[in-house]
Amino acid sequence: MSKAQDIIKAAERRDLRSRWLLSAPSLLIIFVAAIGPLAVVVLYSFMVKGDYGDVKYWQFSGEGWFSVLFERGLFDDSISLADAHLSILWRSVKISIITTIVTLIIGFPTAYFIATRPPNRRDLWLFLITIPFWTNLLIRTFAIQEVFRNEGVLNTALIRTGLLEKPLQIMFTDGAILLGIAYVYLPLMVLPLYASLEKFDFRLAEAASDLYAKPGRVLRRIILPMVKPGLIAGSILVFIPSLGAYVTPRVLGGGKHLMLGNLIELQFGQGRNWPLGSALSISLTAIVMLSLLVYVRASSKSGARSHG
Amino acid sequence: MARQFSVRHQRGFTTIALICFFLLYLPIATLVVYAFNAGSTVGTWEGFSLRWFEAAWENTRIIDATLRSLTIAPIAALIATAAATMAALATTRTAPYPGLTFKYAFINQPLMVPEIVTAVALLVVFSQVKVWTGYSGLGYLIMAHAAFCIPFAYLPIRARLETMDLTLERAAADLYARPWRVFRRVTLPLMWPGILAGFMLAFVVSLDDVVITEFVKSAGQDTLPTYMLGQLRRAVTPEMNAISTVFLALSVAVVSLFFFLSRKKT
Amino acid sequence: MRTHLTAAVSALALCSSLTSAHAEGVLNIFNWGEYTSPELIAKFEATYDVKVTLTDYDSNDTALAKARQGGSGFDIVVPSSTSLHIWIDEGLLLESRPDQMENFKHVDPRWVDVPFDPGRHYSVPWQWGTTGVSVNTAVYSGDPNTSAIFLDPPPELVGKINVIPEMLDVMDLTIKYFGGESCTTDEEVLKKVHAKLVEAKPKWVAMDYPSIEKYTAGDYAGGTNWSGGAFRIRVEAPEFVYGYPKEGYPIWMDNVAVLAAAPNVENAKLFQNFIMDPENAALISIYARYANGIMGSEAFMPEDMTSAPEVAVPEEFLAAGEFSVACPPEVNDLYTRIWTDVLK
Repeated sequence: MSKAQDIIKAAERRDLRSRWLLSAPSLLIIFVAAIGPLAVVVLYSFMVKGDYGDVKYWQFSGEGWFSVLFERGLFDDSISLADAHLSILWRSVKISIITTIVTLIIGFPTAYFIATRPPNRRDLWLFLITIPFWTNLLIRTFAIQEVFRNEGVLNTALIRTGLLEKPLQIMFTDGAILLGIAYVYLPLMVLPLYASLEKFDFRLAEAASDLYAKPGRVLRRIILPMVKPGLIAGSILVFIPSLGAYVTPRVLGGGKHLMLGNLIELQFGQGRNWPLGSALSISLTAIVMLSLLVYVRASSKSGARSHG
Repeated sequence: MARQFSVRHQRGFTTIALICFFLLYLPIATLVVYAFNAGSTVGTWEGFSLRWFEAAWENTRIIDATLRSLTIAPIAALIATAAATMAALATTRTAPYPGLTFKYAFINQPLMVPEIVTAVALLVVFSQVKVWTGYSGLGYLIMAHAAFCIPFAYLPIRARLETMDLTLERAAADLYARPWRVFRRVTLPLMWPGILAGFMLAFVVSLDDVVITEFVKSAGQDTLPTYMLGQLRRAVTPEMNAISTVFLALSVAVVSLFFFLSRKKT
Repeated sequence: MRTHLTAAVSALALCSSLTSAHAEGVLNIFNWGEYTSPELIAKFEATYDVKVTLTDYDSNDTALAKARQGGSGFDIVVPSSTSLHIWIDEGLLLESRPDQMENFKHVDPRWVDVPFDPGRHYSVPWQWGTTGVSVNTAVYSGDPNTSAIFLDPPPELVGKINVIPEMLDVMDLTIKYFGGESCTTDEEVLKKVHAKLVEAKPKWVAMDYPSIEKYTAGDYAGGTNWSGGAFRIRVEAPEFVYGYPKEGYPIWMDNVAVLAAAPNVENAKLFQNFIMDPENAALISIYARYANGIMGSEAFMPEDMTSAPEVAVPEEFLAAGEFSVACPPEVNDLYTRIWTDVLK
């Protein structure tokens, strides 16, 4: 009996070891070229800002962190909540949430469509989704601009068909930012959704519909639970980069309103306040990381149950 | 396929999907059209001409930058996908074990941080390495790209693996197939769509990167995106449209070839 | 020193004429994007048999951050007048003494004793220009020579104005609009500046770098602009004029300097000397459409360039122009907070 237990324990240990070995390359690369260097940023957030960018090494100060949440009055010494930072945060979160929903509404049917093609055609459709993204982000953003502009393709078509009297101002609005980001990040939603839908046995859905389940019910009860992992992966991949989006708001939104990415960039650039930039980005990371951890905790518990 | 089922052909879904494809290609179409514009600005049509293709072909900086982008992206995407596939195998289809949550957070970390911050951090650290070693080649860019590509490759692969259970692999193992054989013959084919999706995402993300590249690049290492960033202040010429059109044509050619070959095989 | 240099130059020139296209050395230039004439580079490469690599940056602060960390192998950098003294103070530049170089005699005396590099011990003029306003006269025919174009826009221009998102330029123009001095900390003036920017922003359509086609296609009818950009717009669409705000406007200059950590110092110095030659300086200007500060270069430029009101500042507006310099850190800090508040 004890011998059997030993064998099981040894097998578990072996399994664990191989799981660490398998993850080693990823962990190593990310450590060297992403997380490790970020220690520098954490350190910077506690230092005194340099006169012209950078920091004064080994002179510590809490000013960077203080300025994340509070601001001194522009013209007096009063201290108040950093209203500017909070409204920028709120705008970014709002736009990112709506973007995620928009990509989901368009992306799910598209992934579903691809997954239900005959197997040898699926890769082709998948390639068709990614091909537009082989052109550079900036070029793509400029191309979208050609569609949105007052004299652009969309407005011209709408006026020609008589649907509009005069051009609709889309460029330089929050709507343009939203649609632009949704366009740019669409494959980040479609591909993970496809990856989990492709495996889905559509006979299950067919069986249910043969048993007179309404389509909405089939979708909710059978398909959605199966694609949940892809759905969550896609939402993460769209939501988080949208929060830090920088190029699209600048070009399509006209740069009149800052988003989080632009605010942080300002501190590392013209603002020359690296400690504040560092502190702002650590705050952002912490918020995102915490919500992700909560999700993983919740989902790995339910995952463990379903796999027995 | 003997019988067509209605579930596979949700008419509403098909309509949305086709609209989606139309919208995806609409800006791309305008981009291609303006590549053939005789005028010198994007946006006002002044007749057909190939002058921008000639200009781009003669512009050694654009050609260099394009080739550099096409060197970095496949290598970085390949490294990232290989690493991410292994990591996905190690973090799915298991009871929670110590360190699982940690790995998950660690691997997804490059997503959580705004690019500019990673860029500044990499600038500080990699510059020191450059000074110490005297090596300032493309290795730094490939390494940086591979790192931020990993989560993009990892998430689709993981999503795929989570929908696969271990039954088939266990069956193969019960039939005395060796682990490597089980992996190659059973696991890998099953997870292939996820790997392909992951690789394509990683490739595209690397091809697009501006900010990190801008801070990590050494002398003479402009990629297509950083070259374009430099143009933003002055004027973007249709040369860029011409280059993108060539890019598109090439990728369509590659895809058709790929598709044709795979059809023949089956 | 000078004879030494000329000897080296002629020796190199001799080498290049004897050997084939084999490059003797390299030179790594780090410059603003789309700013360097390919003809100039080709000519330099042919003359000295040096292989030049060109790398772009898009802001002074990015370039400064990269140069501080080092290791990237750049030889030449082109900082603006607003940041050059920071580079010098931090010891990032080599004292290459352009003032002792052979072609220094061609530099316009106006650009020798500049506040950011007195006597030119470090840098050579590349190009200079002004920040003013572009106006479409078909839309608005009033006086364009005022910052009111974007701060108190006439009704015709409301909703069609673009402002370049350069914090210091916008702050400087607005401060001068209220009669303040550059880099002022005068509370009364700054309060007015803040209130005015908050009030004016809704009347702008965008805050973006001034793309020519957005002006010519009618998305913008006015806004702040750089002189060279305004010139290029006018060439495409003659109804546009460039205005010099009479309340005061900034003059800026970009300057070629050698990095202290440059791996190819001799080639970098050759390049500094090379671009002070009027014929070569003309190439720079023809490409980017800004004036260059080298006497006699006009002779090698096309007529439309030398007479352009964007390049040759008309007499009556000369006095309103002032060299923009970097503001002290605490002032920059205050401006950043005002700027963030305006853009929130």
